[in-house]
Amino acid sequence: MGEHISLTVNGARRELDVEPRRLLVQAIREDLDLTGTHVGCDTSQCGACTIHLDGKAVKSCTVLAVQADGASVTTIEGMANGETLHPLQTAFWEKHGLQCGFCTPGMIMAAADLLARNSDPSEDEIRHAIEGNICRCTGYHNIVAAVRAAAAAMREGAAAPVTA
Amino acid sequence: MTDVLDAPATTPLGQPIKRTEDPRFITGEGRYLDDIKLQSMTHLAILRSPYAHANIRSIDTSAAKSMPGVHAVFVGADIPYNPLPMAWPAGGSAGITNNINTPRVLATDSVKWTGEGVAAVVAETPEQALDALEAIDVDWEPLPAVVDSEAAIKDGAPQLHENAPNNIVFEWSVGDKDGTAAAIEGAEVVVTQRLVNQRLIPNPMETRGDIGWYNPGTDEYTVWMSSQTPHIQRLLLAAFVTGIPEHKIRCISPDVGGAFGTKIFTYADMPLVMFASKAIGGRPVKWVEGRRENYQSTIHGRDHITYVEIAGKRDGEVTGVRVKTYANLGGRLSTIGPGIPTTLYARVLSGCYKIPNVYAEVTGVYTNTVFVDAYRGAGRPEATYVIERAMDLFAAEIGMDRAEVRRRNFIPKDQFPYENPSGLGTASGGAKIYIDSGDYEPAMDKALGMVDYAALAAQKADARDRGKLLGVGLSTYIEVCGVAPSKWIGAVGEGWGAAMWESANIRVHLTGKVVVTVGTQPQGQGHETTYAQVVAAELGVPMEDVIVQHSDTLGTPFGYGSYGSRTSSVGMTAAIKAADKIKDKARRYAAHMLEASPDDIEIDGAEYRVKGSPDRKKTFQEIAFALDLAFDAPEGMEPYLDETAYYDTPNCTWPFGTHIATVEIDEETGVVDLVRYVAVDDVGNKINPMIVDGQLHGGIAQGVGQALWEGAVYSDDGQLLTGSMMDYVLPRAAMLPNFELDQTVTPSPVNPLGVKGVGEAGAIASTAAVANAVVDALSAYGIRHLDMPYTPQKLWSAIQSAKGGQA
Amino acid sequence: MIPAAFDYRRATSIDDALAALAGGDAKVIAGGMSLLPLMKLRLAQPSMLIDIGRLEELKGSRATADGGWEVGALTTYTEALEATELDFTRECILGIGDVQVRNRGTVGGSISHADPASDLPALLLALDYSAVLRSTRGDRTVPLDGFFEGAFQTGIAPDEILVKLVRGPLAASAKGSYLKMAHPASGYSIVGVCAVVASSGGAVSHARIGITGVGEVAYRAKAVESALLGSDGSPSAVAAAAAHAADGQTVNSDIYADRDYRSKMAEVYTRRAIDAALGR
Repeated sequence: MGEHISLTVNGARRELDVEPRRLLVQAIREDLDLTGTHVGCDTSQCGACTIHLDGKAVKSCTVLAVQADGASVTTIEGMANGETLHPLQTAFWEKHGLQCGFCTPGMIMAAADLLARNSDPSEDEIRHAIEGNICRCTGYHNIVAAVRAAAAAMREGAAAPVTA
Repeated sequence: MTDVLDAPATTPLGQPIKRTEDPRFITGEGRYLDDIKLQSMTHLAILRSPYAHANIRSIDTSAAKSMPGVHAVFVGADIPYNPLPMAWPAGGSAGITNNINTPRVLATDSVKWTGEGVAAVVAETPEQALDALEAIDVDWEPLPAVVDSEAAIKDGAPQLHENAPNNIVFEWSVGDKDGTAAAIEGAEVVVTQRLVNQRLIPNPMETRGDIGWYNPGTDEYTVWMSSQTPHIQRLLLAAFVTGIPEHKIRCISPDVGGAFGTKIFTYADMPLVMFASKAIGGRPVKWVEGRRENYQSTIHGRDHITYVEIAGKRDGEVTGVRVKTYANLGGRLSTIGPGIPTTLYARVLSGCYKIPNVYAEVTGVYTNTVFVDAYRGAGRPEATYVIERAMDLFAAEIGMDRAEVRRRNFIPKDQFPYENPSGLGTASGGAKIYIDSGDYEPAMDKALGMVDYAALAAQKADARDRGKLLGVGLSTYIEVCGVAPSKWIGAVGEGWGAAMWESANIRVHLTGKVVVTVGTQPQGQGHETTYAQVVAAELGVPMEDVIVQHSDTLGTPFGYGSYGSRTSSVGMTAAIKAADKIKDKARRYAAHMLEASPDDIEIDGAEYRVKGSPDRKKTFQEIAFALDLAFDAPEGMEPYLDETAYYDTPNCTWPFGTHIATVEIDEETGVVDLVRYVAVDDVGNKINPMIVDGQLHGGIAQGVGQALWEGAVYSDDGQLLTGSMMDYVLPRAAMLPNFELDQTVTPSPVNPLGVKGVGEAGAIASTAAVANAVVDALSAYGIRHLDMPYTPQKLWSAIQSAKGGQA
Repeated sequence: MIPAAFDYRRATSIDDALAALAGGDAKVIAGGMSLLPLMKLRLAQPSMLIDIGRLEELKGSRATADGGWEVGALTTYTEALEATELDFTRECILGIGDVQVRNRGTVGGSISHADPASDLPALLLALDYSAVLRSTRGDRTVPLDGFFEGAFQTGIAPDEILVKLVRGPLAASAKGSYLKMAHPASGYSIVGVCAVVASSGGAVSHARIGITGVGEVAYRAKAVESALLGSDGSPSAVAAAAAHAADGQTVNSDIYADRDYRSKMAEVYTRRAIDAALGR
């Protein structure tokens, strides 16, 4: 019943044998021990499990690992370049865009998808771009501020993601 | 917001310093419960009742036991532990009976709500455990259910417990019954209103979970738990549930992904994983709650039905408030369920107003719903909602401006400390519990200025031209924080029969690095940063030389945990006291090193100098090094700088402020938009204003959520209709505006930091502000009250009815 | 949270998928945005999943020779968004789910799943789309008007796969709008209305109104369309036409929006959508 799949995860090729029913988020968390990607619900609503699949933000709780065979996966662990944080990570830190931190990886991955498409989003665009991600701590105020700050930093040439 | 700082200019105290815990969270290196993977770990799943009320005739687990990977299947009768504890019965006055019924680890004879656990499977993988659940066959005898607290106490209602006739948990009262009756009977104006404070699902983004590990070699248990209270859980699990000696249990709370009260309590899964690990020979057993399980089996909040009467004079003076509240506590009681609608609610009903007569009766009620306990604010949002709605109703009745009615009734600033008539009462030994400080008008005036309240009529006219009904709502709240002292909250039956102090230990290592261990337990509040700010400021050492450790009963002093906005006022005062002890010993040793009298040593940051001889000095680090080596210690002085302090605050602290919401309603659809939110809060001194603002933002969003969207809905037969995030409406980014914050600062006289607490303030204030705004908008149609949440249909229907039923 | 076990087969071609589909209790999965949530809650427990997600022939959208448009079943919402030149199609798609869902969910998946509150059916109904279905018996083209047979039920036979959606050219000078009242938790439509209208010589010459969330299935509000056709398109004419928005429907009712309210909102959103399409 096992299916053999290969993924490129944060730039590294990984081979796995998984049951067909294994969700991509389980493969990431349990088989690859990348526990920065979180599970916050069971109905594809909260967005805590957001990763990039072939460069686009998806909810990894709603993708089968077998569906991702051959794909490139970027998780929160792949966002920094060594010691250099991604501008979104820096901005979330500096703008106090997180409290308990549980939604944060998914929020950063969703925001990165936005900034890849739109280098200068308005507040309204930011709020809509993260509507698939629920945060219960911040009221989103400082998350929006963080995404704006990261966008500004990236427009000014701060390092973009380099892995994957 | 001020720009954040990497390192403080002078003292770190009061500075918006970036959080020291954030690097791990922004890189995915946080370690939450489900991130822990132990050698040979197994997985547990819980079979939950599909009925809200049923007897269990029998449970057949034979098929499940033979499923692949299954190690064990348990039912209630297998587990010899006691029911979960009831730590805070309604108390405080004589003769209060609490008809207590708490959950067992797994239900044995009957279930009282949809989601109560009845069987558990331990298997090699989570998949196998879930698969085996489907093979368990329960023979149910369904019974009639009741979910509404007013319906539950009526004659003929389904009865949940033999020891609770008419489903009544307790009948409790506070205040001057006769005096309040007289005030109301003789009043010029009396306004009455029924208010429903609907049931909420708290929704921390991380659900709960536990890992139990029984070590056969030492006969000890370790329990990892997503908890706000690891020390309390060890105590309760040992002394009340399992009978295992307390010193044989270690509780560890790893990074906690939000809690909002839900993780204060003892849940059945905690002893379950302990029992299961021992039963399967000592392999660790992990249970992680699914979100739907979380909705069905972790506590809910609020759920009050209240009748309020507010009486006063036509000149605006309020002379009496009388309240009758039915508090739905669920099918069995959670750990401190009865304490929330009594002490934490009815004793602060008069808010920031000087109301001479206040009387409240509270009836706690069993229904076939999941238990209700403390959710962010816990009783105080409910009280604020009652008094703030009542003030608006009163103002509307007498035709006076809402702000002016509030101003007319504020407790004057020269009357603090103020003893309120709904009675926080007297601690053992006679000490009064009082409102410590306040100055309410400046905060309100600042907020009114921010929204240009004087121009409200013009704003409404402008909105009307756009087809919108605009409304502005005020909430001039106060909050009781700290939930202390022990001699009140514990000793006189107002609390959970235990103490409420906090603890801190400070060790200064030979290299001058400082380790602070505390009994409180963060869930996103940034305690690793703020404790370090406080201790670094006290000791005069760089913040990066201070590390804060918490959350493991092994290695931290006993503490009561973090809730009730108490960590800064109680816990950090304990840290200051520990730092004082450290400094005192360092001073004595400096005196020895400098051959001076301790009285002649003056401390300036990390410098310990001989008065009048500024060249004769030692640094704190030099003192620590020498004293830790102890080659040259004076007679009677122990080596090392290692001090522990316990702090029991003499009183609670009382943040206050004014929040103003502006809403616009689309008259044709009933859709409401929160277009502006202004908050002026006085939380006393701030340790880290960046974190304070963040706490306010989050609290405001949760309170707004209650007013506009959130609500747990059960069907009449007890099925949770809002059973997932597809149905239960949580605030999302596009549903909220930016929040405009300002402050006044009235330091609390209760603690040396002058802090009050801020974890709950936003949630306490904002619900009433938005509710008052919506009703203000609807006042164009003569509507004076509407219950939350303000769904489009509800607003549309109200408008249609007001128009004369023409849909 | 975890689906019941199933067998998995990755289709290498449409024919391969059709052959597997003939085998019994199998479900076709594309993006999985509709099916996987049901399977995770174990409300759906297919014994086999046939993954058509890699069939390039089902991807992409393009203009057709007759001036119409076709959308491959595997086109994601995000790809459809990027491809379309119709502003109201953009409005509609931007209101579906969230970015993550749109990056993964497919047009064909939505139409096959036939959720009675999803937005795409209303949009495609108003644009006169047809579904192209393939089986070992060959292809057939079925207009979406009539295709949705009940909640989560379509005219797709058990041995058929939806391969693309096609439409002819838009009516001359047609304009459209999409308006919805979304359930604030799920994002699904309480009421979603797509209006596509054209005017000629001061009279409404073309009207297609697709409505979702209101009835058992997404539907064309033909009573609205006929009332509108030939009218002057004035506010009062539009309001009178919109009053028929829920005609003939068994209107949904739930804890968020009951039958009366939803019926009234169908009227209000229909009126507003037509007004918006007419440029008001």
